Amino acid sequence: MMKRSILTGQRLVAVFLFGCVLFNYPVIALFNKTGELLDIPLLYLFLFGAWGLLIGLMAWVIEHRQE
Amino acid sequence: MLQSWVIASVSFAYLGVLFAIAYYGDKRADAGRSIIANPTIYALSLAVYCTTWTFYGSVGRAASTGIGFLPIYLGPTLMAGLWWFVMLKIIRISKANRITSIADFVSSRYGKSHLLGGLVTIIAVIGIVPYISLQLKAVSNSFTILLHYPDIVMPARAAAQPLLQDSALYIALILAAFTILFGTRHLDATERHEGMVAAIAFESLVKLLAFVAVGIFVTFFLYDGFDDIFDRAELVPRLKALMTVDDTGASYGSWWSLTFLSMLSIMFLPRQFQISVVENVNERHLARAIWLFPLYLLLINIFVLPIAVGGLLHFPDGSVDADTFVLTLPMAEQQEALALLVYIGGLSAGTGMVIVETIALSTMVCNDLVMPVLLRWKSLRLHEEQDLSWLLLSIRRWAIAAILLLGYIYFRAAGEAYALVGIGLISFAAVAQFAPSIVGGIYWKGGTRQGAIAGLVAGFAVWVYTLLLPSFAKSGWLSLSFISEGLFGIGLLKPQQLFGLSGLGEIPHSLFWSMLANIGCYVAVSLRRRPDVVETSQATLFVDAFRHTEGDQRSRFWRGSAQVQDLLPLIGRFLGPERARDAFLIYARRRGVASIDQLEANADLVHYAETLLAGAIGGASARVMVASVVKEEPLGIDEVMNILDEASQVRAYSRQVEQKSHELEEATAELRAANERLKELDRMKDDFMSTVTHELRTPLTSIRAFSEILLEDPKTNLENRRKFLAIIVKETERLTRLINQVLDMAKIESGNAEWHTADIDLREVIEESLAATSSLFADKRIGLEKRLAGDVPSVRADRDRLIQVMLNLLANAVKFCEEDRGRVTVRLFAEGGAARVDVEDNGAGIAEADQPTVFEKFRQVGDTMTAKPQGTGLGLPISRQIVEHFGGRLWVKSSLGKGATFSFTLPLDAGEARQEERRQND
Repeated sequence: MMKRSILTGQRLVAVFLFGCVLFNYPVIALFNKTGELLDIPLLYLFLFGAWGLLIGLMAWVIEHRQE
Repeated sequence: MLQSWVIASVSFAYLGVLFAIAYYGDKRADAGRSIIANPTIYALSLAVYCTTWTFYGSVGRAASTGIGFLPIYLGPTLMAGLWWFVMLKIIRISKANRITSIADFVSSRYGKSHLLGGLVTIIAVIGIVPYISLQLKAVSNSFTILLHYPDIVMPARAAAQPLLQDSALYIALILAAFTILFGTRHLDATERHEGMVAAIAFESLVKLLAFVAVGIFVTFFLYDGFDDIFDRAELVPRLKALMTVDDTGASYGSWWSLTFLSMLSIMFLPRQFQISVVENVNERHLARAIWLFPLYLLLINIFVLPIAVGGLLHFPDGSVDADTFVLTLPMAEQQEALALLVYIGGLSAGTGMVIVETIALSTMVCNDLVMPVLLRWKSLRLHEEQDLSWLLLSIRRWAIAAILLLGYIYFRAAGEAYALVGIGLISFAAVAQFAPSIVGGIYWKGGTRQGAIAGLVAGFAVWVYTLLLPSFAKSGWLSLSFISEGLFGIGLLKPQQLFGLSGLGEIPHSLFWSMLANIGCYVAVSLRRRPDVVETSQATLFVDAFRHTEGDQRSRFWRGSAQVQDLLPLIGRFLGPERARDAFLIYARRRGVASIDQLEANADLVHYAETLLAGAIGGASARVMVASVVKEEPLGIDEVMNILDEASQVRAYSRQVEQKSHELEEATAELRAANERLKELDRMKDDFMSTVTHELRTPLTSIRAFSEILLEDPKTNLENRRKFLAIIVKETERLTRLINQVLDMAKIESGNAEWHTADIDLREVIEESLAATSSLFADKRIGLEKRLAGDVPSVRADRDRLIQVMLNLLANAVKFCEEDRGRVTVRLFAEGGAARVDVEDNGAGIAEADQPTVFEKFRQVGDTMTAKPQGTGLGLPISRQIVEHFGGRLWVKSSLGKGATFSFTLPLDAGEARQEERRQND
C-alpha cells in the first residue's frame, strides 16, 4: 500500500493552488496582450511555460518524496 | 497512391497488433506476470482522455477560438495535484469494496441503492453515447478523406454512403468484437482487463507520436519553425486574434469554467474511472502518473496552435474543415506515409476511447440496470439456476454491442448536426453531475440517499434543459424558437439565458445552473434527516477509508446467522462454482482452516462473500442476494452509533498501545545507556585496582627492602637504622592513609558513613586546616594569603569532614605549585545565600578537557602508568561527595599553566530554615 505522506500531499496541493492562480484571471490577463517574446506570442509562451513549470514542480515533489 | 485496400489493410494490421498486445497482456496476467504493473504504463493508459476530439478536434477548436482550446488540458493538470488525496482515496475505497464502476461507487456509498446505481448509469449512457458516435464519425471521416487522396474532399459534402458501404458501421462492428473479446473474456471479481489496458497504453503512444510527427512536419518543414508561423499569423488580423483571449469578463469566466469542467471530467468520465481506479494494479503507480500524465497532455498540445494557424494559412478559402487539418495538411503536401500515420493515430484515439468507455458503460448497464431487474423478476426463476456466470457475461456482451450500435445509430441520425459536433463539452458537463455526490460522499458523512438522488436528478435535468435540448434545437430537431424565445415563449425560461442570466457562454451558463441545482439539492435534501443505519455504516467506510484496514470495520455492522452451504452456492451461481470454491479456499487458508466445510459462517465470511459478489454484479445486487440466503438481525441506528463509538475507542486504544510501545522503546534505550555506564564503571574499577595495587606495592616494596636490610645486616649503624625505620613508618602511614580513603569512599558510596552534623564556623575550620598543613607550605616555601570575611554565618555540616575537604584542597594546591614561587590564596565569603570557599593556586593548572575528570572516582589527570601517581585519585571525589551531602557544590575553574581555583559552597539557610521550622512547630 502506498504510504500517504502528508507532506507530499500538502506540497502537491500547494502546486495545485499555485496553478489555479497562474491559469486564472487576473494573471493570464497580464499576458493576454498582442506581442511576442522570442518571436512567440506572449500568452502562448506563458501558458506553456507555466504548464511546464507546474509539471516540473509536481515531478520534483513526487520523485523526492520520502516514504 | 493510397488505395482503399491499402488503407483497409493498414487499419486491419494495426487492429491486429492491438489484438496481439491485448492477447499477450492477458496471457501474462494469467501467468501472474503482469506487463502493466508499471507506473509509466498506467500514466500512458490514463491518456485515453485524449480522444479523436483531441486528436482532430483540438486543432478545429484552436482554429475558431484560438488559445481557448487549452483549458480542457490545463484542468486535468491542476487536478493531478489533488490526486494524492482524492484519487488515492477513491482507489482505496474501490479496492476495499470491490467497486467496479462509477455507478457502483455512488450506489455503494449511499446505502447500496439500486435506484442510485440505475440513475447514474442512465445519466452516463445518455451523456456518453453521443460521444462514442463522435469517435465513430471522426474515424470514418478520416477514412473517407484519405480515400479521396490526392483530392481533398470534405466528407460532409461527399455523398452519404448507403448503410452497407458505410465505414462507420464496420468500425463499430469491429470495435464491438474487440471489446467483447477483451472486455468480457471472463468474470473477474475485480473486473480488471490487463490485456485491454496494455493495448490502450500502446494506443496512447501511437497517437502521441502521430500528432507530434504532424506538428513537426507543419512547423519545421511546411514553415520555418514556430517564429515563422507566428510571424505570418501576425499579419492576418483574424489569425492574430487567435493568440489572445477576448479581454472580457465573460471570456475569462469561460476560461475558468472550462478548466473546472475538465478537472471534474478527468475524475468522473466513466472511461477515466475505469482506467484510473478499476484497472489500477497498484496504488503506488498513481504517484508517477501525477506528473507524467500532465506531461503527456502538454506534449500533445504544443503543436495544436501552429497546426491550426498553418492550416488556416494553407487553406485560406475555408474550403477545408479545420477539424481535418491534421490529416489534410500532410495530404496537400503529398506526404502519403505521414497521412497514413495520422490516420492510424486518429484510429488509436478513437478506438481507445470507444473500447474503454464501452467496457465501463457495459459494466454499469449490466450491474446497475439489467441485473437488478432480472433478479427481481420472480417468473424468470433465476434463483433456481445453478450457474449464472454465463448470464452475466452475455448481458455484458449484449450491452457492449447495444451501446456501440446506439452510438452508430446516433451518428447516422445526427450526421453533421450540431448535436454531434458540439457533444464533447456537453458530455463533460453531463459527467460533472457525478461530482457532488462522489466528492461529498468521500468527505462528508451527512449525505443521504435521497440527497444524492435529488442532486443528480436536479443537475441532470438542468443539463438536459440548458445543453442537450438546445443542441437538438440547433440540429433542427426542435424548433429554434425554443432557444430564442424560451419554453412556451416565456423569456425567463430561455434555456441558454435561464432566469435572464446572460453574458455567459453556453457551457459556463449550464455548468453554473446545473451545479447550483445539483449541490443545492444534494445538501438541502441530505440535511432533512439523519442518515439511516446503512448510510451511516457505508459513510464511515468511505469517509474514513484511510483509517480502516480492510474488513475490520465492515463486519462490525452486521449481525445474524449464515451457513457456508448457503453462501458458497450463491457465489458459485454468479462467479462459476470453480472460481467460488477457489475464492473460499483462499479465505479458509488465510484463516488457518484446512477445508471449506470447517469454515465458520461469521460476519467476516458473509462480508467476504458479499464483496466477492459485488465485484461481479455490483454492490446493491450483491447486498440483496446475500440477504436472501442469510438471516440478518437489523441493527438500530443507536446500535450503529454505539459501534462507531466503540470503533473510536478502539482507535484511541490502539493509539495508547502505540504510545506504550514508544515508551518501551525509550526505556530500552535508557537501559542500554545504563548498561554502557555500568561497563564504563567496571572498566574504571579495573583501572582503580591497578592504580591501588601500584600504590600499595610501592610502599610495600620499600618497607620490605629496608626491613630485609635491617634483618640481614645486624651491623648497620644506628643512624642508618633510625633512617630506615623512619622510612618504614612513613611508608606504613601512606599505606594506612590509602586504605582509609578507600574505606571512606566505600562507606560514603553505600550510605553507611557516619555524619556528625552541627552548626560550625567555617573560619575556624579553615584556620585549623591551614595550621595542620603549615608544615607542607613551609617545606616547599609556598606563600599563603588568607582573605576570610568575618560576617559569614555558620553552616550545618560535619566539622571533621569539612576539615578533610579543606586538607585535601590545600594539599592539592601545594602539590601542584612550584617550590619557592608557589602562592596559594584561600578566600571565604558569603554569596547568594551560601558560604563560599575558594582555594586558588598558581600551579600547573588543569586543561579544560580534564576538568570534569578530576572529580571522577579512580581518575587522575595525567598518565597514571608512567608518571608517579600524585595520590589515590579519591581525594576530590570524596570531597565532592561530602560537600554535596550538605547541599553544596564543589567545582574547579582553571586553564593550563595559569593555576587552578577549587571552590565549594555550603548553603547558609540550612540552619535558619531549621529554626524557622522549629518556630512554626511551636
